[in-house]
Amino acid sequence: MAYSSKSPWLIHYDGSSCNGCDIEVLDSLTPLYDIERFGIINTGNPKHADIFLVTGSINAQNIRVVRHIYSQMLEPKVVVACGICACTGGVFRDCYNVIGGVDKAIPVDVYAPGCAVRPETIIDAVLKGVEILDEKARRIEAGEVLTDPEDLLDDDAVNARLKAMEERE
Amino acid sequence: MATRTVIPFGPQHPVLPEPVHLDLVVEDEHVVEAIPQIGFVHRGLEKLVQKRDYNQFVYVAERVCGICSFGHGYGYAAATEKLLGIEVPRRVDYLRAILEELSRIHSHLLWLGLLADGFGFESLFNHCWRLRETILDIFQRTCGGRIILSIVIVGGMAHDIDDAMLRDVCEELDGLRREYKIIVDTMLNDDSVRSRLCGVGYISFEDALELSMVGPFAKGSGIEHDMRSTGFGAYGDLEHFEPIISTECDCYARCKVRCEEVYQAIDIIKELVAKIPHDGIGGKPGPKVVPPEGRAHVLIEQPRGEAFYYVRGNGTKYLDRFRLRTPTSQNLAGMVRALQGVDLADVPMIILTIDPCISCTER
Repeated sequence: MAYSSKSPWLIHYDGSSCNGCDIEVLDSLTPLYDIERFGIINTGNPKHADIFLVTGSINAQNIRVVRHIYSQMLEPKVVVACGICACTGGVFRDCYNVIGGVDKAIPVDVYAPGCAVRPETIIDAVLKGVEILDEKARRIEAGEVLTDPEDLLDDDAVNARLKAMEERE
Repeated sequence: MATRTVIPFGPQHPVLPEPVHLDLVVEDEHVVEAIPQIGFVHRGLEKLVQKRDYNQFVYVAERVCGICSFGHGYGYAAATEKLLGIEVPRRVDYLRAILEELSRIHSHLLWLGLLADGFGFESLFNHCWRLRETILDIFQRTCGGRIILSIVIVGGMAHDIDDAMLRDVCEELDGLRREYKIIVDTMLNDDSVRSRLCGVGYISFEDALELSMVGPFAKGSGIEHDMRSTGFGAYGDLEHFEPIISTECDCYARCKVRCEEVYQAIDIIKELVAKIPHDGIGGKPGPKVVPPEGRAHVLIEQPRGEAFYYVRGNGTKYLDRFRLRTPTSQNLAGMVRALQGVDLADVPMIILTIDPCISCTER
């Protein structure tokens, strides 16, 4: 089990999920599963958050939103893809408006599969994320500069992905 | 002269777990106009019906929405059975109605929790979600899944739920009713809750009719519109069914309707369990059976209101078209009307009381 010197805060964004994984993410915060016992709080502000939980696949409309939220988070930060749609596109991978998993938009650190992803899996994935968060914090302390992918706020990169999706159709 | 400001709401907003964007045009804290923008969750799921055969598609239909997931599988399967001319055994109808009512309890408890969270009553939120786990446990025991049940197939049910299990479910629901009563007493009688809900988001009976609103949103404005009164499936066998309505037309009324509907759902489940026939659970149509050319539709009552399922066959195992009209897409017009002229602080309450399910709406 990971040990972290700080209480990591979560931010959750629903990509194009069917709600199943979203309510499981919320569910893991409520009394039965109670992820808050690890000092984790769900926040709405990307600037306060350390761990970014994304549910659902990436589509033409939300790719910019996901990249924007990610770019507003401060380093060190960790992305957890919750549910099989967020990992690979899942059952919707053949739909015309689905680009694919979250890793098509931003770098993903932990993949948590399942349809819908079970709260136990989310807790495991978040704790795994805490480990990576600590590792990144150590690297920053050692003087390394962690930077976002260069094309994160670049419209051309988004357009290239959209074009690839259209060609697949 | 007040100046106009546009405040963006969403798509990422703490009040709603789902992405919807609203441009709120405000004048001194009063909302003059709300302009919705949707499409963040659009996957293009209806078109997938041309790539998956009609037996496989029931699993895709279930994933239209994770909250009313069972209902979507039910609606799609019922429409396809109508197209194929299959008559399912009565036990299947009963089991589907029981699971649909369980989904309603789960959906309403979830919503009550979100509403409590919306006005900052955190302990009430946690209690609602704690109670909701009872229903998820029942799902897990009877169907195997917590959210996506995958128990409906075209032509029947994938497996049976035996009578001992059903009686057990009724006992669990008795326990739930006792605990739920405490929550509802707080929800409906607490001063701090009433001050946030009473008189907020008024939609008159005429407006509700004109905007063709459905579900608890319409029932809160006094419209007796409930698909269960048409007696589809097993609902025709109920001794007595009357939609629950309220005439206050505000957020409080809609909250009250949903609170009462949970009691009603528990009564319906118990009545159906007592009467359930034993004539098999059907099964998949044979491999040679394909949907004929033609079309069929069904209307069912989802937790959020009337939902419409349409399928068109073309003589192959792939359907030509699947169309779904969801309750939320009907209610969005009402929401935009209700938002006009309210205080900015009341906006989350009004958005929550229509119980928007964006992923159903955009599919």
